[in-house]
Amino acid sequence: MKRSITRLLMAPSVIMLLVWMIIPLSMTIYFSTIRYNLLYPGQNNFVGLMNFEFFITDPGFVPAVSNTLILLLSVLIITVVLGVMLSALIDKPFFGQGIVRVLLISPFFIMPTVNALIWKNMMMNPVYGIFAWISESLGFEPIDWLSSYPLVSVIIMVSWQWLPFAILVFVTALQSQDTEQKEAAQMDGATGWHIFRYLTIPHLARPIAVVVMIETIFLLAVFAEIFVSTGGGPGYDSTNLAYLIYNQALLQYDVGVASAGGLFAVLLANIVAIFLIRAVGKNLTV
Amino acid sequence: MSYLTITDLQKHYENYHALRGINLSISEGEFVVFVGPSGCGKSTLLRTIAGLESSTGGSIELDGRDITEVASSKRDLAMVFQSYALYPHMTVADNLSFALRLAKVSDAEIKEKVRSVSASLQLDALLERKPKELSGGQRQRVAIGRAIVRQPKVFLFDEPLSNLDAALRVQMRLELARLHKKLGTTMIYVTHDQVEAMTLADRVVILNAGQIEQVGTPLELYRQPNSRFVAEFIGTPKMNLIPANRILRNEDTLSIDIFGQQISFPANRLKGPLPDSVVIGIRPEHMSLVETDGDLTGRIELVEHLGSEAYAHLQLSSDQTIIIKAPARTELKDGQEVCIKIDTSELILFNENDRVISVIPEEA
Repeated sequence: MKRSITRLLMAPSVIMLLVWMIIPLSMTIYFSTIRYNLLYPGQNNFVGLMNFEFFITDPGFVPAVSNTLILLLSVLIITVVLGVMLSALIDKPFFGQGIVRVLLISPFFIMPTVNALIWKNMMMNPVYGIFAWISESLGFEPIDWLSSYPLVSVIIMVSWQWLPFAILVFVTALQSQDTEQKEAAQMDGATGWHIFRYLTIPHLARPIAVVVMIETIFLLAVFAEIFVSTGGGPGYDSTNLAYLIYNQALLQYDVGVASAGGLFAVLLANIVAIFLIRAVGKNLTV
Repeated sequence: MSYLTITDLQKHYENYHALRGINLSISEGEFVVFVGPSGCGKSTLLRTIAGLESSTGGSIELDGRDITEVASSKRDLAMVFQSYALYPHMTVADNLSFALRLAKVSDAEIKEKVRSVSASLQLDALLERKPKELSGGQRQRVAIGRAIVRQPKVFLFDEPLSNLDAALRVQMRLELARLHKKLGTTMIYVTHDQVEAMTLADRVVILNAGQIEQVGTPLELYRQPNSRFVAEFIGTPKMNLIPANRILRNEDTLSIDIFGQQISFPANRLKGPLPDSVVIGIRPEHMSLVETDGDLTGRIELVEHLGSEAYAHLQLSSDQTIIIKAPARTELKDGQEVCIKIDTSELILFNENDRVISVIPEEA
C-alpha cells in the first residue's frame, strides 16, 4: 500500500524524465532509417541501414573518430596533471593567494566561443598574435597555429577552458586532506615529495575520477571551439564527431546521415564509458 | 643523567604567548605525562618537541644532540595522534611499514618487524584491512604499532585515548602501561584526564597558562601540591577549599577560625611567615562524619551513592559547601545536622597568592 503511493507520487517526474529522453532518441533512430535530405523534401522512404553505411564510409569518418579520441585523451591528461600540480602549488598559504586562485579559475567563466576567438585572434594569429610576437622577438619564423597544427590548437584552447574546472575540484579536495596524517607522515620521515606521492595523490583519486567523468561527457561533444577557430579543417585535420554530424546535417542538409552519426556518437560514448570510466570509476566505490 | 632536556622553551604565536619558558629534564625510560586544562600549552609543548611547531626561543636536547632546529623527520621520535592519523588508503601492514619503507629498510627486515609488532598488539588478523574497516580500539593499536615499529628514542602521545569510549579507554590505558614496562622506552603523554595522568605516569608535569606549575610523581602532586591550582586540578572530587580569616598563634599550635568554629594546626608545619588570611584545603577522604566532638558542624544537602563509597555534600554555617567521603552504606539523610572531624595532619594551607604555606608531615 505504502509502496504504491510512493510510486504514484514519483510517477510524474519519472514519466517526464523518460519522455524527455525517449522522444529525441526514438526520433533520431527513426530519422536514421529514412531518406531525409532537406534538399529533397517529401522523399522520406525507408532506406534501412544505408545512412549508417554513408556515414561510416564518409572520408571524414575515420579522422573524426580518431580526432575525437585524441582530443579527449589529451585534454584529460593535460587538465588532470596540470590541475593536480597547480592545486598542490596553491594549497599552501602565500601572499596574494586569493587573487591567484580567482585568476586560475576565471577561464571557466568565459564561454567557449569567446575562448576560441581569444585564442584565434589574440594568441595564435600569425601576424599580430602573442605567440607570433614571441617567436619573432626570439628570431624565429612565426607559426600559423590554426593551419599548421589545427588539432593541437584546439587541444590548447579546450585545455585552457577546462583546467580551471579541474583546479576548482582539486583545491577543494586538498582542503579536506587531514593535516594530522601529513604530520604523522612527517614524523615517519616522509619528505614533501613522499607526502605528495603517498598521501595527496591517493587522497585525490576520487576527485580525479569525478573530473575525468565530467570532462569526458563534455569533451566528446566539443563543437564551438572548432566551429569558431578552424572550422574542422584544414581538410578533416580538426574535425571531430560532433563537427562531422553538424557538417552532414547543416552543410549537406542530410538529416538522415546526421542522425545515423548521432547514434554512432552515442555508441562511441558508451565504448569510452566502458573503458575510461570503468578504469577510474572503481575509485568512486571506495 | 637527563635524556631529553628542555631549556627555557618559548613559543609565541602572532598575539599569543603559548609557552612561557619551559624547563624540564626527562630521563631515559621515564613515562612523563603532561596534564593541564585546555589551552594550557600541553599540546603545543608536545608538538614543539616533535618539531611540528617551531619554537621561538630556548632549546631542546635529545640524547646529547641539540634538536631544536632539526626537522621532525630527523628527530627520531614517533608520535601517536588523537585522531590516530592512519593513512586511509593503505592496509594495516602498509601503515605499519610506511616509515621503514621510506627509510629503505630491507624487505625481510620490514616483514619481521611488522610481524613481531602486529603479534604483540594482536593485529595479526587485521594486517590486510584498511583503517576504515577497523574499530576505534583497533585503529588505536595500529597507530601505536606504527610508532613502535620504528623503535624511536621517545614516544609522543597526544591525547591518544580521548576518542575511545570509557570501557575501552580503561583497557587501552592498561595496555599502554604494560607496553611501557615491556619496551622501557621514554614516553611523553599529553592528556587532560587526570586519571590517565595519575595511573600511567612516573612523573606528572602540570601545566598552566604556558608554564610548568609543578612536576612530581602522581602521589607527590596529590599529597604535596605547590599551589592551589595543582591542589584543585588533581583529585576527584575536588579538594575542599575553605577561606579562613582569623588565625591565632599560641605557642606551638595555630588556631584557625572557620565561620566561628576553631580548628587547631601544629605551628611547626608552617613554612614562611603567617599571613592574615588563609585558605585551608582538605580532601574529601580526610574528613569524617562523627556523632559528637567534631571540628565543624554542617547540614547535609545531598548524598551521592557510588556503590563502593558515598559522597556527602554539606553546607557549613555560611554558603560554603564541602564534600566529604562517607562509607558506602551510610544512613545519612538530607537536611540532617552532622559533626565533621578533620584529619588535621592532611590539612593544607594556602596564602592569598594561592601558594602552599604548610608541609605535610612524614608518614609515621
